Amino acid sequence: MDLNMDLNAPHSMGTTIIGVTYNGGVVLGADSRTSTGMYVANRASDKITQLTDNVYVCRSGSAADSQLVSDYVRYFLHQHTIQLGQPATVKVAANLIRLLSYSNKNMLETGLIVGGWDKYEGGKIYGIPLGGTLIEQPFAIGGSGSSYLYGFFDQAWKEGMTKDEAEQLVVKAVSLAIARDGASGGVVRTVVINSEGVTRNFYPGDKLQLWHEELEPQNSLLDILNSPSPEPMNI
Amino acid sequence: MNFMASKQPENFLLGPESDSQRTLYPYVTGTSVVALKYKDGILMAADMGGSYGSTLRYKNVERMKPIGKHSLLGASGEISDFQEILRYLDDLILYDNMWDDGNSLGPKEVHNYLTRLMYNRRNKFNPLWNSLVLGGVKKGEKYLGTVSMIGVNFEDNHVATGFGNHLARPILRQEWHENLSFEDGVKLLEKCMRVLLYRDRSAINKLQIAKITEEGVTISQPYSLKTYWEFSAFANPAQGAVGTW
Repeated sequence: MDLNMDLNAPHSMGTTIIGVTYNGGVVLGADSRTSTGMYVANRASDKITQLTDNVYVCRSGSAADSQLVSDYVRYFLHQHTIQLGQPATVKVAANLIRLLSYSNKNMLETGLIVGGWDKYEGGKIYGIPLGGTLIEQPFAIGGSGSSYLYGFFDQAWKEGMTKDEAEQLVVKAVSLAIARDGASGGVVRTVVINSEGVTRNFYPGDKLQLWHEELEPQNSLLDILNSPSPEPMNI
Repeated sequence: MNFMASKQPENFLLGPESDSQRTLYPYVTGTSVVALKYKDGILMAADMGGSYGSTLRYKNVERMKPIGKHSLLGASGEISDFQEILRYLDDLILYDNMWDDGNSLGPKEVHNYLTRLMYNRRNKFNPLWNSLVLGGVKKGEKYLGTVSMIGVNFEDNHVATGFGNHLARPILRQEWHENLSFEDGVKLLEKCMRVLLYRDRSAINKLQIAKITEEGVTISQPYSLKTYWEFSAFANPAQGAVGTW
């Protein structure tokens, strides 16, 4: 009975995705790298996908699987909204994602973070990892890059942040993960959802804060040599 | 994101996984559940951890839930399967309530239902990857049973799942007796949970203790246990054996 029964950690999934609640709504964030093996197939992908006007999902893992699940759920939610006569709640969206993830657990390889705002519960984040467990959290992290963020969030997360604090936290976190995870990279995209609506933001890779052993990008070595800097070239 | 090959097993003895449904391995798992009978009913304890392989990923998972009026279910193993079992039980209890005949399913009946559920899935090679503990009181009768993912089921005065089988049950065998008071029962469970905290890698220090009596179910708020590290041999391991590793 030993064939494939090892209970090791499931294989890593390229990407860093984050969802954070704040006092008034949610902020979703993600990197933009899609890889095929070692090749970066798309360096500017959009991993934060719309399900309804007020609910979005961050996708990680297999691109195909996460896209299919999102498409089906968007389709179901559309019909549900028509029947209900009002916007779907975040909980319903998350449960539909769970339904597909759980019933196809043997074939799918995708971890999702559902985030949105509805008038009943306000801003909510639901994590749906591999296997189809549904878990409501004040913040959620996912994808291979998230391994590097557990310690960061243990320290930096605070209840009751403002919208700007939450967004800065998300951008910082995705940026830190990109610095260390080869499967994450590119730009940081964020989506803020609250009672007023949805705002998309874009933080290009070269505008992010520099971390340990990262250097300020230059146009050319020649600029360094020609600049009146006190540091001579060292060979 | 990875354009990996679909999740095929790495050997050729298993066919393509899309042919038939079979659960291969768990992802998000809960560790031990420990429970015992005491004077007024059942006491059950479980930590609030959801592990993802070796990562202690989720720290707020409620692994014990009330079922109907008379039962309490605790689960270890795959959390998504536990969530599915709760849905099955919701339907079962609803159906029972809709009879509106003054009768309600007791813990013995719920345990039997779960046993059939787990064993039938096992026979189809598609188990619900859980070990369950079902406790309750109905008409003064206390009941405590367990079912595993392969359908092994039994009832006893004290039960445990996972690591609890190896670490908690010996303690319970030694120290359990009939008509434990609530305080003694809680202390005994805490003794078991502390050992599990020291020795089970997937245990976390955040647990709940649940009580079920004729009056109903109470699940405590989450809390943490104090641990002891002050043995002199811990501070100076090499003292009695210089040069030891």
